[in-house]
Amino acid sequence: MLKIINGGVYDPLQGLSGQAGTICVGDDGKICDPPSDAAPCDIVDASGCAVMAGGVDIHSHIAGTKVNSARSMCPEDHYDHFKPHTDTTRAGTGFTVPTSFYTGYEYAGQGYTTVFEAAVPPLEARHAHEELLDVPIIDTGTYTLMGNNYMIMQILAEQDPVSRKERLRDLVSWLLTTTKGYAVKVVNPGGVESWKWAQGIQDLDTPVPPFGVTPRQIMTGLAETIRGLGLPHGMHLHCNHLGEAGNYITTLETMRALDGLPFHLTHLQFHAYGQSKKGTLKSAASELADYINGHPNVTFDVGQMVFGPATTMTADAPMQYRLHVVTGHKWINNDVEMESGAGVVPLQYKPKSLVNAIQWCVGLELLLLVKNAWQIILTTDHPNAGPFSAYPQIIRLLMDRDYRASQMEALNPRVGKYTVLAQLAREYTLEEIAIITRSAPAKTLGLPQRGNLRAGSCGDIAAYRIQEDKERMFREPAYVFKDGALVVRDGKAIKSPQGRRLLVEPDCGAVLPDDLVDEFHRYYSITLANFPVQEEYIPRPEVIACK
Amino acid sequence: MPVTIHKDIVCTFCGALCDDLEMHVENNKVIDVKNVCGIGRNKALHGDNDKPECRVYGERATLEEAYDASARMLAQARSPLVYGFSSTVAEANRVGVELAEILRGGLDNCSSYCHGPGVLARQHVGLPTCTLGEAKNRADLVVFWGANPMESHMRHFSRYSVQAKGMYTPLGRKDRKMAVVDVRPTPSSKNADLFFQVTPGSDYEIATVLRALVLEMPLPTLTDDSLVGGVPLARWRELVELIKQCKYCVVFFGIGLTQSQGKDLNVEQLIRLVSDCNRYTRVYAMPMRGHANVNGNNQVFVWQTGYPLAISFNRGYPRFNPGEFSVIDMLNRGDVDAAIIVATDPAAHLPYTAVDALKKIPTIVLDPVNSLTTEWANVVIPVATSGLSAAGTYYRMDNVPIRLRKIIDCEWPTDLEVLQNIKERVLNAKDH
Repeated sequence: MLKIINGGVYDPLQGLSGQAGTICVGDDGKICDPPSDAAPCDIVDASGCAVMAGGVDIHSHIAGTKVNSARSMCPEDHYDHFKPHTDTTRAGTGFTVPTSFYTGYEYAGQGYTTVFEAAVPPLEARHAHEELLDVPIIDTGTYTLMGNNYMIMQILAEQDPVSRKERLRDLVSWLLTTTKGYAVKVVNPGGVESWKWAQGIQDLDTPVPPFGVTPRQIMTGLAETIRGLGLPHGMHLHCNHLGEAGNYITTLETMRALDGLPFHLTHLQFHAYGQSKKGTLKSAASELADYINGHPNVTFDVGQMVFGPATTMTADAPMQYRLHVVTGHKWINNDVEMESGAGVVPLQYKPKSLVNAIQWCVGLELLLLVKNAWQIILTTDHPNAGPFSAYPQIIRLLMDRDYRASQMEALNPRVGKYTVLAQLAREYTLEEIAIITRSAPAKTLGLPQRGNLRAGSCGDIAAYRIQEDKERMFREPAYVFKDGALVVRDGKAIKSPQGRRLLVEPDCGAVLPDDLVDEFHRYYSITLANFPVQEEYIPRPEVIACK
Repeated sequence: MPVTIHKDIVCTFCGALCDDLEMHVENNKVIDVKNVCGIGRNKALHGDNDKPECRVYGERATLEEAYDASARMLAQARSPLVYGFSSTVAEANRVGVELAEILRGGLDNCSSYCHGPGVLARQHVGLPTCTLGEAKNRADLVVFWGANPMESHMRHFSRYSVQAKGMYTPLGRKDRKMAVVDVRPTPSSKNADLFFQVTPGSDYEIATVLRALVLEMPLPTLTDDSLVGGVPLARWRELVELIKQCKYCVVFFGIGLTQSQGKDLNVEQLIRLVSDCNRYTRVYAMPMRGHANVNGNNQVFVWQTGYPLAISFNRGYPRFNPGEFSVIDMLNRGDVDAAIIVATDPAAHLPYTAVDALKKIPTIVLDPVNSLTTEWANVVIPVATSGLSAAGTYYRMDNVPIRLRKIIDCEWPTDLEVLQNIKERVLNAKDH
């Protein structure tokens, strides 16, 4: 039994915002009510601390083929950032793409205890799962890429709506089960297939070669299927036209098309750009925020930009090629047969660059203009818009208006013409920070035992010393507990337990329809028997029930 | 004895990892193999025979004695080397890295002297690539540069590239063009529509000129008859036109490119060429990885340390410097005072100077079969054979991971079990 006493408890789900309280964790690693008898227990004094549930990252790139390709391509990311071996922790290197062990320690070191790898092609899922075995402390899960999957597009092109619906449900269920995925991820639907044909950019209603289905059909078809399967998390959507001036129109149209269906918009900052008269970027955060404020079921994570080095990596292969051409930086592409693609390009975001300065403002504007914190989730789309290690800095920008103003002074002076950030006075409260870093992501992911401190929830708890400098407060939690065990002290990991893998098991079975088995044999380069991710890669599964 | 038939078994010879083998097992022995090339067949039939003895300093020993002796040698060393791994599973690689970390030693794998330059080139310019199934389904042009798969990756043509029948290449060979760049005619080049027999060591020059042609830059000093790498410019123009007009091209490059004059610079220039071509159509490059899991070495080393090869933990954290921390250079300089070698045969592969250096220091070797190294290593530990008597993960040349199954029993432990045992003993030795 663990007792954390004297802390100010922040648990938005229970309406607690700093009230003094005691949090107890039983020997089963779950939070429990304080025992009536004087049972022996470890007591931790959290005086002066804000006690919160462990952080939950809904969208990050931490393991798998493209992440590891990025690590391999960028040794310059590692030389100056390293952690030596200790008796209880492994060594590691890397800043924007830390090595596996280092990633676990760094996340836990900020009080995060659950993190999702956001883009895994089915064929390479085994890699992501094997690598995640070497990410210590945190619980993890993976999203399975489906937005450019050949078999899905083939089924969507079928005429009979009843059979189409059933077959799609079986296929999505099979893909999630065989890849041990947690959610359906859609990236630039149709656009990656189009890239493989060396064709142009995909609008919502442009037919995708050679199937003739449109991105709109792919998104609505998948979102309806997700609703039918009752998956805990909606369609995790990276919209079309990422990074392009004027793309907010597509984003708005996408939200309208999916109205009433389960979906989550990821790294919205990259999809919230208007177009100036000269054709250049300007902020359209207000337009998107207006829509989101009127639609309380819409959730998004922000993908806030952070100045400094970043490594962009996404399944959006055509976008990465454009970035390579624009910057001249080195470029990895990886087309994945039948399923998806990927690209990696390293970048530097600079405050003096007008485009980067606008992007930085757009993210903060979204965070400040959307009123209900439960619709907002803090991410940097790690490491695309910056590393997750910058979360404490972003929290300070949100909580401290003066600090924000001082940081704005470093921006390209023309930024004011294209953004409204300078006029926004809102400051986040600690409760709101608790919402966007743990409670809202847990709720959006359908994880009732995470992101809150109710009895029965996981004993994943972070205690941050309350202080004026909020960046420092969130960078070095006094204590972090995983399943009730102390794993971090003063921001430093002191243990390497293995986390759990979060999975879903939709009840539509795990069998590929017969005609698709035939296709599989003909067009995949591995056999069907060797395709599913084996149990050996998931030693600590935690199945989250479908609705 | 009844014969058990195992289907969809993975071949563990080369980086193409064919996973459709059928193995017939009788009396705990593979007696027949179907869907396999000559080399793979040989490996499957004999990969678990000819086990070495467990020996310490030439004397027959128990496993416990061998573990103790290994741990002692490694714990006492000031600059131990952990090396090899190209023919064992990723799970053993993961413990191998940890062992090097605990020992504060050197860590390297066999890519150091095969496709390592390609890995370094990737650090300079990246790599536009695809999975092998994309080559099969989409590629209407395949190019082999310094590679001869007919003799090295024998089913590559039929499963993935030249003859493979895919979604948009239903006629296989008839739906494709094939070009080969090599220094001599090979069994592979005999199949080619275009064969460029080039002067040895001219790859960098050729790739540079090809880039200029792709980018339509002026080449004022060259005429159509000028020889570039021994081949007239007009013929290179022909190749460039073929690339520009194709729908999907994959350039497979081999050791002929990575280990000839220019090394990583050759690959770098080839990758730049391939990148440039993407302004017209989809063009990708892929290394023809040799040992079946040498890519898995790079993958595991990278996710645990950040670096693919040539690593030192002597400061407690990973540092990377090829030339300083590469296996051959470390041995040649006499920088190593004990070595543990897993799933490779340095006596057969490394230069004799490096082998001599190994012979002078305590050397531990884990091998499923007798090799040139097991003949003289100070500690020899026989192990189960990956893919026959040991399960685990291999990474194909295109980064696709496939799980090997265990289909026969073996009296000896797996590489993973041996490494874990030695690691525990080293930790205990260091504690006292």
